[in-house]
Amino acid sequence: MGHGPAVKLGKDNAQAYKSRLGVYLFIVYTLFYAGFIAINSIKPALMEVVIGGQTFAVIYGFALIVVAFLMAIVYNSMCNAAEARLNK
Amino acid sequence: MIYTQSPLAIGLFFAFVIFVLGLSFYMARRTTSSAGYYAAGGNIHWFVNGIAFAGDYLSAASFLGICGMIATSGYDGWMYAIGYLAGWMVALFLVAEPMKRLGKYTFTDALDSKFNSKGIQLMAAISTLVISVFYLIPQMVGAGVLVQPLLGLPHWVGVCIVGVVVTIIVATAGMASTTYVQFFKGGLLLVFTTIVVGGVLFRGLSTSPDQGGTKDYHAFQTLTAQVAADGSLQVSDPAFAAAADWKTDVYGTAGFVKLVSNGVESVWKMNEGTAGIQLDETLTVNTLADGTKLYNGAAKEDGKFFAVGHIKELKVNGQNVAQTGAVGPLAYLSAIKDSTVVLWGKKYLIDGGNHIEVYYQKPTAGSRLLRPGLKFKVDNAAPIDKFNFISLMLALFCGTAALPHILIRYYTVPSQAAARKSTIVAIAGIGFFYIMTLFLGLGAMTNGVINITDNNMSAPLLALSFGVVLFAVISSIAFATVLGTVSGLIVAASGAVAHDLMDNFLGLHMTDHGKVRAGKLAAVVVGGIAIYLGIIFEGMNVSFLVGWAFAVAASANLPAILMLLFWDKTTSKGIAASITVGLVTALGLILISPDMWVRYGLLPNDAPIAFNSPALISIPASFLALVIVSLLTQKRGAEVTEGAEA
Repeated sequence: MGHGPAVKLGKDNAQAYKSRLGVYLFIVYTLFYAGFIAINSIKPALMEVVIGGQTFAVIYGFALIVVAFLMAIVYNSMCNAAEARLNK
Repeated sequence: MIYTQSPLAIGLFFAFVIFVLGLSFYMARRTTSSAGYYAAGGNIHWFVNGIAFAGDYLSAASFLGICGMIATSGYDGWMYAIGYLAGWMVALFLVAEPMKRLGKYTFTDALDSKFNSKGIQLMAAISTLVISVFYLIPQMVGAGVLVQPLLGLPHWVGVCIVGVVVTIIVATAGMASTTYVQFFKGGLLLVFTTIVVGGVLFRGLSTSPDQGGTKDYHAFQTLTAQVAADGSLQVSDPAFAAAADWKTDVYGTAGFVKLVSNGVESVWKMNEGTAGIQLDETLTVNTLADGTKLYNGAAKEDGKFFAVGHIKELKVNGQNVAQTGAVGPLAYLSAIKDSTVVLWGKKYLIDGGNHIEVYYQKPTAGSRLLRPGLKFKVDNAAPIDKFNFISLMLALFCGTAALPHILIRYYTVPSQAAARKSTIVAIAGIGFFYIMTLFLGLGAMTNGVINITDNNMSAPLLALSFGVVLFAVISSIAFATVLGTVSGLIVAASGAVAHDLMDNFLGLHMTDHGKVRAGKLAAVVVGGIAIYLGIIFEGMNVSFLVGWAFAVAASANLPAILMLLFWDKTTSKGIAASITVGLVTALGLILISPDMWVRYGLLPNDAPIAFNSPALISIPASFLALVIVSLLTQKRGAEVTEGAEA
């Protein structure tokens, strides 16, 4: 068959927790991304509104990138904590 | 025309190729097992793998295509960047750890981890091959585009250089050398784009971009004209004369006028106002009946075809200024938003036997180009335009986590935690790079460096405006971008052939050494095919093909991956059906789309469907096929998937 991991992996008791956490965070980010598409499809003129010297499109675009990174950091630290707690 | 070959660029390019080959041969001595060849022994550090992810992902389309698109269409080009990055969240939250847990060398392994199904092995391998080849074509075409200004060689030579070098890299050492090439290139790309962006901000904005005082910008002329009583056009500068039928000839009916001055013809854009007619200078590429091309009425070498990109009216804090001086990143965006930038439109005209491309000025408000809508039709859009837009954004979001050359990188790290961490490094690197691309693109847009006939070269040409050293480095990195991405794709494709098809599906039960040999042989064959396709697809739009690859990957692979993980009723037949339906629907819709109709030499309106982006139909179809077939093929207690614990 030749399936299975290329390296031997230990048992991971945190797997279910991490999987559930991933789904929740995925839903949050997907809604954020969907909001961007929805505004562009329904009310594109809103993207030209200037807030704090920048167009809303620029602010939303930067936010999609920065929030992605911040959520990734949060996810990783929660996974690390769960692995430390459950895989003692 | 706009650029000439630089010995430094050529020297750096060859130094890089030699370095990469040396690294590859060094790695080859350490690669003797199939785990070493396909998964770099699973021993790559997560940080190295994360930067290599960025290297894999920031392909010719990202680096050259997005910068070029921003330079000519503003924010809409950046929409691709936003979609590409968002796709990594699917990879991180849903796919990274399970892929590492379930698979060995290929994405097929993970899908087939619980089933040992011939159907899955065959379909997943075919899908990997199809997506890899689609993704390979634009990379090879990109290589050809790059090598012309860099080395002064024809397109096919560029494609062959990349093909041969990459095939050697892959056939010698597989995933280990590919990973280090990507790490090296990904790191350099991040460092040097930051340097160029620093230069752009330090230089600031100006209405007459002189590239730091090194090169005068061509001041595009504006003339005025009046229509005389006899209907003739009287131009303010008497040196210019229009033909008698100026209003009814092919130019006049398209809103242009052809003027003759000292025997030289030029085309001007007519803008009618209250004070008469304003004539704006254009750029033309005239293909004569015998195939000769004239650039602004002269041969390419004469340098009459100017680089473009300037601000018409620069405003800072409500005041008109000629230049801003050094500015911070937010002040830079703010100044562009308040100013008027000249973008360029394009029209095709046929004058007798001559085919003329006319590029004309389109002054655009900065606030308009810092929001979507110049490329994608979002304002007052018809439902089909909205469908196309949403479908493309969906394909970008779902495609990343289904690309075979991205997925195989999860097998090169030692643990699930390392897979997760390397994805976060990738998100940081790629996110940072995409923020830089906005400034690179806007920098090219306003620094008078764009070759309007081929915006793919905007980023390297922006670097050239800071000196030949930076151009040489950026061009070499861009070429390395192609080398690295092609290497990853060829490893993925060779894994699909040797590991999935030959070893698993056909049950050839090769020895470990045999598997490596089969993989290398497959790499050479796939490399040959890629060279061939790269040559015959010359001139095809790079981002168009990448969009295809994303749509096909998202439709064929992602539903199968997600349902396997999160729906415990998923069966092997359901997975095989999902891949088949996703692949066939996405490919089928692409082949009958209006964009393809144009490529067949037919009218786009005659295409059977009105949209170009298939994801919004093919992804749900793939999910539906999986659910229906899985429900019809349930065996009580027989098949339980990994998804049960989720």
